[in-house]
Amino acid sequence: MREMVKMIIVLTILSTFSGTLLAALHNKTKDRIEYQQLKFVKGPAIREILKGSSNDPIIDRFKIKDGDMEKSFFIGVFDGEANSVVFETFGTGFQGQIGLMVGVNIKDDKIVAVGVTTHSETPGVGSLAKTDPIFVSQFKGLPIDQVFKVKADGGQIDAMSGATLTSRGVTTAATDGSKMYKRLKLQITENLKSLNK
Amino acid sequence: MAKSISQEFVKGLWAEVPPFRLVLGLCPVLAVTKTVENGLGMGVATLFVLVCSNLLVSAMRNVIPSKVRIACFIIIIATFVTIVEILMQALYYPLYLALGIFTPLIVVNCIILGRAEAFAAKNGLIASFADGLGMGIGFTLSLGVLGAVREVLGSGTFWGTSIFGPSFQPFTFMIEAPGAFVALGLMLCVMNLVGQK
Repeated sequence: MREMVKMIIVLTILSTFSGTLLAALHNKTKDRIEYQQLKFVKGPAIREILKGSSNDPIIDRFKIKDGDMEKSFFIGVFDGEANSVVFETFGTGFQGQIGLMVGVNIKDDKIVAVGVTTHSETPGVGSLAKTDPIFVSQFKGLPIDQVFKVKADGGQIDAMSGATLTSRGVTTAATDGSKMYKRLKLQITENLKSLNK
Repeated sequence: MAKSISQEFVKGLWAEVPPFRLVLGLCPVLAVTKTVENGLGMGVATLFVLVCSNLLVSAMRNVIPSKVRIACFIIIIATFVTIVEILMQALYYPLYLALGIFTPLIVVNCIILGRAEAFAAKNGLIASFADGLGMGIGFTLSLGVLGAVREVLGSGTFWGTSIFGPSFQPFTFMIEAPGAFVALGLMLCVMNLVGQK
């Protein structure tokens, strides 16, 4: 009986101590880890879209609540004025989710550029969406306020050969981004205004 | 205990070097040694966990009831592994991405549990520290050497910098999974040849 109590006490104390320690460490490093993730996972795509901006878009970011989700927006400053935002949307590709960074100029509501962040598409076929700039460059300069489709579905985007499903995934992600932008436009402009002051 | 502290330390470097002499902990040895950097990173992470868990297990060896000792060891080890994982994310994110699932898998690395059970649970603090440090450094160096062999042959680089110039045709086989077994086998062979007297 005494032995059993001792076992329980030792295990409980050990677990409590370990849990507290880890929770404390997690709290301390949370922001830093978030920054690192943004920098190394999403950072390359964001910087590519906001090429030539005079700020670090990963530091200058804000969050807006969209339903239950909190969305991060990354700001691009051009000619001393914060006029572009980049945000991430998702679409279903050939295998799972495709993450797409969409950059929008809020002055004329046109797409600055888009870039694929995360995907699990076939290497060498669907993965070209991320590595080959020709496909995503088709989005450049298009008005954000529309439904994006591949040409086979009566849309405006040339699908990559052999990767129609991936191309469709990217266009649905872009369409989703368009809807979200419309929903949150007011709050986005508010946020940028306060930054420009 | 006739062995001195320095003997405990030195045995981990040659006579009982984990991957090559004890042939323990092979999973990370084979999987992450594609480059020197990954190999050494994995080694240092394991070294940290090994030293800390050895110290704590040794300090608590009279408190832990023998019936639940494995559970206690696992809690201790898992705590340190999680600390390593969080720190790696916060400070050295590219390595965290490169090691992937193998960072949390340090928990089940048999060297660590093995040393806790076979050594730290029966010996004093200083001896356990020396044992953990020796084994850890031995493990780190082994991974570094294996990583160096595979990276130099397999991609013609050392720590990311090219050493043979552009005309070198890399021996890609070495950075694939079978190359890991071949490299490990050759290392074992060399160790046995040198040790044979």
